[in-house]
Amino acid sequence: MGRLEGKVAFITGAARGQGRSHALRLAQEGADIIAIDICEALSENTYPPATEEDLTETVRQVEALDRRIVATKADVRDFAQVKKAVDDGVAQLGRLDIVSANAGIGGTPHHSEDIPEDEWKNMIDINLSGVWRATKAAIPHLKAGGRGGSIILTSSDAGLFAYENISHYVSAKHGVVGLMRTLALELAPDFIRVNSVHPTTVNTLMVQNEGTYKLFRPDLENPTQDDFAAAATTMNALPIPWVEPIDISNAVLFFASDESRYVTGVPLAVDAGAAIK
Amino acid sequence: MGRVEGKVAFITGAARGQGRSHAIRLAQEGADIIAVDIAESIPGMERFYPGATEDDLAETVRQIEALDRRIVATKADVRDFDGLKAALDRGVAELGHVDIVSANAGIFMFGDQTQLVTDSDWQTVIDINQTGVWHTAKAVIPHLIEQGTGGSMILTSSTAGIMGTPNVAAYTASKHAVVGIMKTLALELAPHSIRVNTVHPTGVATNMILNEATFRLFMPDQEHPSQEEAAKVFQSTNALPIPWVEPVDISNAVLFLASDEARYITGTQLKIDAGYTLK
Amino acid sequence: MGRVEGKVAFITGAARGQGRSHARRLAQEGADIIAIDACEDQPNIPYAGATEADLAETVRQVEALDRRIVATKADVRDFAALKAAVDEGVAQLGRLDIVSANAGIGVNPLSTDEIPDEVWKDMLDVNLSGAWRAAKAAIPHIKAGGRGGSIILTSSAAGLRAYANAGAYVSAKHGVVGLMRTLALELAPDMIRVNSIHPTQVDTDMIQNEATYRLFRPDLDHPTKEDFAPASQTMNALPIPWVEAIDISNAVLFLASDEARYITGVTLSVDAGSNIK
Repeated sequence: MGRLEGKVAFITGAARGQGRSHALRLAQEGADIIAIDICEALSENTYPPATEEDLTETVRQVEALDRRIVATKADVRDFAQVKKAVDDGVAQLGRLDIVSANAGIGGTPHHSEDIPEDEWKNMIDINLSGVWRATKAAIPHLKAGGRGGSIILTSSDAGLFAYENISHYVSAKHGVVGLMRTLALELAPDFIRVNSVHPTTVNTLMVQNEGTYKLFRPDLENPTQDDFAAAATTMNALPIPWVEPIDISNAVLFFASDESRYVTGVPLAVDAGAAIK
Repeated sequence: MGRVEGKVAFITGAARGQGRSHAIRLAQEGADIIAVDIAESIPGMERFYPGATEDDLAETVRQIEALDRRIVATKADVRDFDGLKAALDRGVAELGHVDIVSANAGIFMFGDQTQLVTDSDWQTVIDINQTGVWHTAKAVIPHLIEQGTGGSMILTSSTAGIMGTPNVAAYTASKHAVVGIMKTLALELAPHSIRVNTVHPTGVATNMILNEATFRLFMPDQEHPSQEEAAKVFQSTNALPIPWVEPVDISNAVLFLASDEARYITGTQLKIDAGYTLK
Repeated sequence: MGRVEGKVAFITGAARGQGRSHARRLAQEGADIIAIDACEDQPNIPYAGATEADLAETVRQVEALDRRIVATKADVRDFAALKAAVDEGVAQLGRLDIVSANAGIGVNPLSTDEIPDEVWKDMLDVNLSGAWRAAKAAIPHIKAGGRGGSIILTSSAAGLRAYANAGAYVSAKHGVVGLMRTLALELAPDMIRVNSIHPTQVDTDMIQNEATYRLFRPDLDHPTKEDFAPASQTMNALPIPWVEAIDISNAVLFLASDEARYITGVTLSVDAGSNIK
């Protein structure tokens, strides 16, 4: 029997990258999936946007595991869209147990004092407020189930300490920790657990792009993946440049499962030791 | 009026370095001083740096008296509770009370991977840096409670009380332990309005780090690294563009925590680390 | 000689409460002041906003100390207004050394899943983004001085731990820690230090109001200050219900002064031990 047999998980940013990986991993262990993704370009990003085809591919892969999935194009900046997607998903799948608030953007590096107002606001609106909206849409369903639940917020190593030139990202990801702690307190009486995961660099398009390469290698005009790998490795204690999405998914799975039934309010670093360096 | 006018401060490890600097800074702001130091080399430490001497302690006395403050200085070892208590009690008897505690005495021994550290090195570091802080607290708390006028205890931890460093196991363990002691004491003593906090320096320009053994810890490839070369490596560990801080920078933080300006600060870890723990 | 003699400090939210106290304390120690305040009632906030008369009173008190002050009605939501106020202040006072990003709004207690979107957004816009805007407006002036400087961001005990029913506030104040850490890294090469202050309850209008009383005493219909005091005291280790504004000012002064010249990236709790309880 799967570790999440019979449960339903709501995942934001599920079209690709970590979100798709979470959907697959949770489905492998028996969960049905409610998936959303904006599937659109965001002006701040220096990497190509997720597309509706990406989301369709997530659907295909989950269904190939013989699990059900309700996937909707929705933007975490718009609560009405998020709520409708969750409500529809729960109507079709019958319950809600797990939330992975994963949607996020990387942003463009600037010194703090050079960040344009709209980029700052959009970053906070997606990476912090969007996480809050995902939980807000899900909590009534979790409570209604009366079986407790598990909410996993995707923060970052940048939610535990700082990196230069992305203060909007660092601020938003620190804010996610505050949200996690507050929700953990508020929802504990209902046995709904709330924890956060803090990845180091993950091997997805969000970091595998020239914008990130330049953030890590300001010394080079056209840094390559190899140049980035060398710099990224120095961040980690383990001798690796980045982790894979599956490593984050395995942490999400642990939090989602009853194996962690008494774990709440915990920030879990999946960071190759970056936080202790 | 001085910022700690009329108070008495008990300082361990006061013969030189940070301890002497704390004594001077607090005395400048009006405090009398009860000073202790082992004032001798400790077996095993000579391979890193020489121990303080009785002359060093006498020099601290001279500098405090030059500020027109009183000081009661005693050669005492924080590992020896009875000796430490006797020194403190004598100071309180002469100066009338004790209000401020700087548990500063410490030793830095390092260089071996954790599984290679000898029992005697491990025990020496734990005995001085961890048990010594507890002894200091244990000796002074009855005075503070009996006086009923509150108080401020400042325990000297380190950036090694927050982060790990390879090949510095005993020191790192002992400095983390100081945080545990601080948090416990802060809770236990809060009802008595006795505040307890830690300070966490990055490298401080004293004998403890300005020595070849420490330079080699940071530059293991070099047989005789110079201070100039070491400065570059030290600076790379701080965010601010400086290699180390001066003892007075820690003393200013101790003074702030000791003074009534910090009357509602307790249980806090105050880093004076030039951004070391940020990087 | 004063501990910040000859320096100029920019303080947001300076019309009353902690901000006014900071202005006075820094002026006592020799600083001239650039002060701003929104001087308006704030939407969604359960207590009256500061007034222009309050800001005028701050001016009077600083001038009574024989220090200069340039005070402007400006809202930290509006970068242009903030920048104009700082630029004008620096033009008149000649330099900028210290920033106290103090402006903030208090908690309208709601469980996190019931916070309306506009209340959430406004909280982040003032308490997190406002601190960023204050820093952004000030940094070019501090850098131009070439003498280093000290930026102090007012977070909260809620920037390090959570309180139920204060989700937006806790998230914003955690975000301030992320901002502080990033700025500390970015500005260290210029010897500009950045730290945050984390007060427990401070005896100002922001907490001395019925909404806060209800947050702490949900058991009572109309809790009073006397009902609030013992509940507030249970948060603290020291046997006091709250601290005074001057206690935060003394910590700001320490961080602003050269006594803290090598302190950067630090979260300084002035919290009567609430963080260790």
